Amino acid sequence: MLELKGVCYSAEDESREAEILKDINVTIDDRFIAVTGPNGSGKSTLAKIVAGILKPTAGQILLDGVDITDLSITERANLGISFAFQQPVRFKGITVRELLSIAAGKNASMAEICNMLSEVGLCARDYVNREVNASLSGGELKRIEIAMIMARGTKVSIFDEPEAGIDLWSFQNLIHVFEKMHEEINGSILIISHQERILNIADRIILLADGQIKKVGSKEEVIPELLGAGAHCKTLTDKL
Amino acid sequence: MDAIQRNLLEQVAGLHEIPAGAYNIRANGQMAARNTTANIDIVTKKDCSGIDIRIRPGTRNESVHIPVVLSQSGLKESVYNDFFVGEDADVTIIAGCGIHNSGDGASEHSGIHRFYVGKNAKVRYVEKHYGSGDGNGERIMNPATEIHLDQGASLEMDTVQIKGIDSTKRVTKAEVAEGASLVIREKIMTHGRQYAETDFSVDMNGDDSSVNLISRSVAKEHSRQLFKSRIVGNGKCHGHSECDAIIMDAASVSAIPELTANNIDANLIHEAAIGKIAGEQLMKLMTLGLTEKEAEEQIVNGFLK
Repeated sequence: MLELKGVCYSAEDESREAEILKDINVTIDDRFIAVTGPNGSGKSTLAKIVAGILKPTAGQILLDGVDITDLSITERANLGISFAFQQPVRFKGITVRELLSIAAGKNASMAEICNMLSEVGLCARDYVNREVNASLSGGELKRIEIAMIMARGTKVSIFDEPEAGIDLWSFQNLIHVFEKMHEEINGSILIISHQERILNIADRIILLADGQIKKVGSKEEVIPELLGAGAHCKTLTDKL
Repeated sequence: MDAIQRNLLEQVAGLHEIPAGAYNIRANGQMAARNTTANIDIVTKKDCSGIDIRIRPGTRNESVHIPVVLSQSGLKESVYNDFFVGEDADVTIIAGCGIHNSGDGASEHSGIHRFYVGKNAKVRYVEKHYGSGDGNGERIMNPATEIHLDQGASLEMDTVQIKGIDSTKRVTKAEVAEGASLVIREKIMTHGRQYAETDFSVDMNGDDSSVNLISRSVAKEHSRQLFKSRIVGNGKCHGHSECDAIIMDAASVSAIPELTANNIDANLIHEAAIGKIAGEQLMKLMTLGLTEKEAEEQIVNGFLK
């Protein structure tokens, strides 16, 4: 169970201070929870704060009742938090097998690699010895990133816009991947997404707007709010 | 040969035992062992220190090992090794130098290797440099390589220097004839106060010739590196050089590329990138449970693999 209590985050931008997250209070014990909201609403910041990449300016984060606010990225990873980046990172010289082995915390066999990669629609034979460098496409990297999180199988798995950069055909498969994870997972999946089909499989949806939680509830309750989530001026509202 | 020398031999040539095929092992300035085959002859030079290696035309799938080990502190030597590779031969040459210096005098090995590669011959050349020992004496290596590729010949050179060499200046010169190709892959890691300089100079003199120079290096602590490459295209040719360096701590790396096209169809490219380990790479590996230090090691090892 993941709890956020009064979490705030502000970043200094030249002379002014921008409040990116304002007093976030939420408890996540669902199997599958989606976070959605307009661009710039603070979704990715929220994910980075849970993973330990950013430190909140105020508030507390608890994992199964333990305060992890001051723990490092590594300590949180070892306590059971996984984070799939929106933009996966490339590594010259590190192979797909090595990266998946680091994720799994052991030297993964060919059969295990095959198992991990086939889950995300990749054939191990074609990828196992490839370097995770610029020769892989954005979509391929994205799937390997997802495979790493699945290989870890931790208590909390966070995905930041897994659908970004994935083509339509692959998107169908991606939905299956998450549907399957939803059935099998022994923890919580927290997924940041704009895609209605991903929101549809969530148990609960958190709607963020302007750094605040606007609504938490089922998709029937939250989706109608989505369009009115951003505060716009009259000219923009008229055009929407 | 004693245990120190055997360890050096293993580090630079991967040899536990006497190798198969032709070999010449040099230890502390003396010939320690030699073997020739029906197709590969090794002869000691008369006018200076070194050997001539003659490979008959058409020799296939044979190898030559010529490792050098130095364990006597303060020894300085220059060795001239010439390789004459006959037409249509296809061979692997493994050189390498290991210095163990536990004394106070500087130990220095300068290996000058010249390759005359005949028409359509193929050579794979592997060179490894390694230093060990806890003395104050410096370990210095200045390898010079001169490559002459005849029509249609090809040479692939892998050169590695990972540890323990205090100062090195590596000079490689090559001339590439019509249809010939040269590939050089270099890997360097320096630490402490080490200095490493690489100087490539390649002339492509015939049509359809090509050269590809790939250098990957990591500079740690207070070490310094200088990468110079000069590629000249005198025909319809393809030249590419790439210097990719990771810089850490208080190290310093310079890259000085030079490209000259003397023909309208010469196609020359240089790429250079020097920078620290990307923060997002460290972060990604840390989200997989590695500490910052472990993540750094993974990234450096992968980069130099």
